[in-house]
Amino acid sequence: MENKHLSFYEEVRRDGSSRRDFLKFCTTMAAFLGLESSGVGQIVKALETKPRLPVIWFHFQECTCCSESFIRASHPIVANIVLDKISLDYQETLMAASGFQAEEAYKTVMAKNPGEYIVMVEGSIPTENEAYCCIGGRSALQILEEAVKNCKAVVAWGNCASSGCVQAASPNPTGAKPVHKVISGKPVINVQGCPPIADVMAGVVVHLLTFGRIPQLDELNRPKAFYSRRVHDTCYRRANFDAGLFVESFDDEGAKKGYCLYKMGCKGPVTYNSCGIIKWNDGISYPIQSGHPCIGCSEAGFWDNGPFYQHLPSVKGFGIETTADNIGVGLGIATAVGVAGHAIVTNVRKKKELSNAPEAVSAVEKPKV
Amino acid sequence: MRSRTIPMREVYVWELPVRVYHWVNMLCVIALCITGFVIGNPPAFMNGTEAYFNYWFGTVRFVHFVAAFLFFFNFIFRTYWGFAGNEFARWTNFIPLKRCQWKEILDVIKVDILQLTHKKIDSIGHNALASLIYFLTFLIFLLQCLTGFGMYSAMSHSSFPKLFAWIVPMMGGDISVRFLHHMLMWGFIIFAIVHVYLVFYHDYIERRGVTSSMIGGWKFIEEDVIERHDAKTEECPKN
Repeated sequence: MENKHLSFYEEVRRDGSSRRDFLKFCTTMAAFLGLESSGVGQIVKALETKPRLPVIWFHFQECTCCSESFIRASHPIVANIVLDKISLDYQETLMAASGFQAEEAYKTVMAKNPGEYIVMVEGSIPTENEAYCCIGGRSALQILEEAVKNCKAVVAWGNCASSGCVQAASPNPTGAKPVHKVISGKPVINVQGCPPIADVMAGVVVHLLTFGRIPQLDELNRPKAFYSRRVHDTCYRRANFDAGLFVESFDDEGAKKGYCLYKMGCKGPVTYNSCGIIKWNDGISYPIQSGHPCIGCSEAGFWDNGPFYQHLPSVKGFGIETTADNIGVGLGIATAVGVAGHAIVTNVRKKKELSNAPEAVSAVEKPKV
Repeated sequence: MRSRTIPMREVYVWELPVRVYHWVNMLCVIALCITGFVIGNPPAFMNGTEAYFNYWFGTVRFVHFVAAFLFFFNFIFRTYWGFAGNEFARWTNFIPLKRCQWKEILDVIKVDILQLTHKKIDSIGHNALASLIYFLTFLIFLLQCLTGFGMYSAMSHSSFPKLFAWIVPMMGGDISVRFLHHMLMWGFIIFAIVHVYLVFYHDYIERRGVTSSMIGGWKFIEEDVIERHDAKTEECPKN
């Protein structure tokens, strides 16, 4: 920790990146964050001068795919910013220390930077039984609550920390809850996705570093810069949607022509993310570009709103593959049958009303002319 | 020739705004259900062509959205008319706050649904059960507008749909909103089946001209019913 006071810029230079690379990175980040061109200068200045962010990174109930997403980012600086260059004093996957040493490390961060450090969380927190995710003899909730008490902000990486993901899917045996449901009083940034896009993660960190405050969030606490538009709205196949050209099976002509995957259960129209713009793996591709429908991995409860290849979710309690339409048709038929039955019964039970009760029938039959 | 001599009077029940509301609403619901089905599961009949030549699915969605706006403002207008209209259009008919309304609901179930007894229901406009069902459909209307415009708000820059944007985070995301929107549509369809049947049923049994009353506004009502109606105290809504 002798390099504690080095800025981000000094760090990357020491690692052999050129100033040109550094500026390219700053420009990319400014574009991702939707800043105007003067914003580039602000980012450059911040990364040159400000000391690194003290960060504690916890792993609770998760698969580490958020970290994986990061270390696979092809732009070295993007990966470095979170995994090396911000002060990752405690990251269970990557740190060398273990046991008491590790515990010591994050306690030091908390003690030395009260109100300044950022808590980053991967994974959901079990509430059913403390034993489900126990580290160093303490429950996930205890660890998180202690760490959050004096932090500046909490970053919830991925769907697990933002909305529970697969652990919170029905029947949710561990009582898994996202971060914002178990803590209060601190700003939580939900960086949605399973995993989130590496550049989006870097963008959030750069924003925190540059402006010293959390980015603008939407009603679900997601950074607006990355989650304000649906995958559908930025999809390069959108023209096929509007033209009514749809893939009907993965091996048909439409699939070859790159038609819209809506009928293959694409959740793009109900999913907020920037996959269509930033894409994955250094902008190479994203699921729809590779011919697969979006599964909606940055939406709450996407596991429970399956199947993946069906646009309308199955209805719980009615067996697999029962959609609202099956139930609707069933109810419609039942209603029609009920109505027909009622009509028949009416003709029997209401005979008196129908047959012009005696006192009502006119006695005089008019002579036919 | 069979004919019947009973003292009847013509009563102006449905005022013009109510009738206009009714038919505009019907056209909107039909348009919304058809386009809704197409949007939910579009037929791939243009396949084989290029996107450049077509915009039919965009048009279907456009029709859905226009019909939705019309449906919503029509509904708002009807709500206003519930305060401005005549005694048969009043909002007090639709919400059973009085004991006598609940009594009539039970009577209607006994007489018209289960057909256990055959006494006459005195209502001239909607009977109390019908009114309650309409009130529930109004709630479905409202929910359908909330969920529909909630989803629409994400792709709109105008301020009106933004008023509904809160429903999406409240329900946890677009997936659940879309699902509810789809489910509620079936409520409309089932309502329509029962509604049309019951209009025919009442016309068949009571011969008050209830079907055509939504065209001209007038119903034939027995004189004794009108007398009892006029004698009603203000305690109970005069339906």
